[in-house]
Amino acid sequence: MTYPRILNNKFFNIVWIPCWAGLLVLPVTGAGKAIRIFAVAVGLMFLWRLSKHDAFTTLRNAAAEKISKTSAVLMSFSRYAESPLAAAITLALLILLPVFLNDYYRDIMTLTGIYIVLALGLNLIVGQAGLLNLGYVAFSAIGAYTYAILSTKFGLSFWPGLVAGAATAAFFAVLLGSPTLRLRGDYFAIVTLGLGEITRIILNNWDSLTNGPNGISQVGRPVLFGYVLHTTLDFYYLILLIAIGTVFAMKRLMTSRIGRAWIAIREDEIAAETMGINTFRLKLLAFVLGSAWAGLTGVFFAAKMAFVSPESFTFFESVMILCMVVLGGMGSIPGIILGALLLITLPEVFRDFQDYRMLAFGVALVLMMVFRPQGLLGTAKGK
Amino acid sequence: MLELRDVIVSYGMIDALKGISLIVEPGEIVALIGANGAGKSTTLMSISGVTGLRGGTISYDGEPISGRPAHEIVKRGISQVPEGRRIFAGMTVNENLEIGAFSRSKEELSEGIERAFSLFPTLGERRKQLGGTLSGGEQQMLAIGRALMSRPKLLLLDEPSLGLAPIIVSRIFKIIREINEQGTTILLVEQNARAALRLAHRAYVLETGKIVMQGKASHLEKDPGIKKAYLGE
Ligand SMILES: Nc1ncnc2c1ncn2[C@@H]1O[C@H](COP(=O)(O)OP(=O)(O)OP(=O)(O)O)[C@@H](O)[C@H]1O
Ligand SMILES: [Mg+2]
Repeated sequence: MTYPRILNNKFFNIVWIPCWAGLLVLPVTGAGKAIRIFAVAVGLMFLWRLSKHDAFTTLRNAAAEKISKTSAVLMSFSRYAESPLAAAITLALLILLPVFLNDYYRDIMTLTGIYIVLALGLNLIVGQAGLLNLGYVAFSAIGAYTYAILSTKFGLSFWPGLVAGAATAAFFAVLLGSPTLRLRGDYFAIVTLGLGEITRIILNNWDSLTNGPNGISQVGRPVLFGYVLHTTLDFYYLILLIAIGTVFAMKRLMTSRIGRAWIAIREDEIAAETMGINTFRLKLLAFVLGSAWAGLTGVFFAAKMAFVSPESFTFFESVMILCMVVLGGMGSIPGIILGALLLITLPEVFRDFQDYRMLAFGVALVLMMVFRPQGLLGTAKGK
Repeated sequence: MLELRDVIVSYGMIDALKGISLIVEPGEIVALIGANGAGKSTTLMSISGVTGLRGGTISYDGEPISGRPAHEIVKRGISQVPEGRRIFAGMTVNENLEIGAFSRSKEELSEGIERAFSLFPTLGERRKQLGGTLSGGEQQMLAIGRALMSRPKLLLLDEPSLGLAPIIVSRIFKIIREINEQGTTILLVEQNARAALRLAHRAYVLETGKIVMQGKASHLEKDPGIKKAYLGE
């Protein structure tokens, strides 16, 4: 007999851990907000659990058959997209197209680029190592503020700022991951959620360092061979470069020995342990690398806006990036890119329905987790 | 080689192991038999370092290993074929074997894969097949092959006969003997007591977390109590 660890007290955990954490942050966030955030957290953790539950496999398989027909088309398209010719054409389009577009479209494309990089980074944590991270954007905030502060107070330039932002985010990931990743269960999700909120609260209140809700302005722009990047097109090309670099780095990582070990951990942690995989260290590595990517993206964001403020880094940003990863397909690079594209562009198209955006994301996420946990293009087994 | 002394393991309030002691000598096949819930898997998981002890010690080659993390225990030469095989379903046969060699270097990897395929030719024909699509018997072979990839000196096997047809069981047991003859010590957990006692040199009988009998396998096989309780005679 095997004992489904999933059932060990855990249904209890997903309610009481968030409640307990909720009580802790209640004094600073206020009741209404705390309740809303923690309700969403409980919901997400519940779904996460559900998506791993055997009882759903049957139901899911039935539905998946229908969905997979659509996905098969998409997937063969994505395979086609990986051929050198298609890649060259795509790249040419990505480089040339924005030249003929106005600032509005360039900004949306840049934003999409930011989210693609963020989602690929989060995928390391959620998709590869199988850890539910509910406060990913906090690491972006840490990166962004690290650069904003170093740039305005000490005149640090952008390129070393990128490194500093990524390193600071990674440092906090080690600090946070070392104690929590040793625990099984849902503590990690809640701790990251807590970190997300606490980071925002600190940024809002530590006036002397962060300038509170007003944020920090006049953050330094990147300088390349004496040229100061400042147009929408400049930043678009910069994020394009970062995104391409990220895709290559992720590809390398995912097909490496470490990448395979991550998959093993996600598929069956105990089996992975008995194979001699140091599961704690590899999970920490995924968390730290993913967080470093968030930090780096944060630095880019700060430099592009020349401004940072706490309101760019809310819980709902974290949820949205999580949606991109889950929707597009955990573990699949094209899938995640697709997820980011859909979640950024569709709301822009349906601007009039702004208010229902969160609701639509929520419904999409629920349907995905239940019926196609591997996402639109994902290959990961929904265990 | 391996010694458990007064090992206690509990899950919450329940004591799964209530102070068991057992010894495995180099070169032996030792069987651990017992009914459902007796604590057999728990014993193996505590040796592998997946489950922590509440009391007692486990030592290997004269050194205490209890409290050491699982990956370190694999490095020291103890590998487990877990109950239910626990194949990585989404990975190919080759990739499963590669994961088995995670604690080993690249050169040892190809060597190990060759060895696994010579032991289990069926696996060699299915290198690229996904683990989840293998038959039960093939999955068991893959699980054993995967565990051997770390070149263990001591192999822990948890119910390798589970859910397999008798003919496959006897084939797997023959291979287990072969592995033993090539120099790997074996601790075998089984509910199929008859087959286990025939294969093993010595055996322990576990009942609700306690060792109630031990001795030469050939003696236990003739014991009236064992016959009645485990051999259905
Ligand atoms: N993860 C767990 N949480 C709680 N109790 C557990 C857990 N694993 C095992 N147990 C309990 O420990 C006892 C021993 O279980 P164990 O799996 O070691 O038995 P076993 O001899 O391997 O049984 P089987 O032949 O059915 O595999 C059982 O009473 C079981 O309920
Ligand atoms: Mg068992």
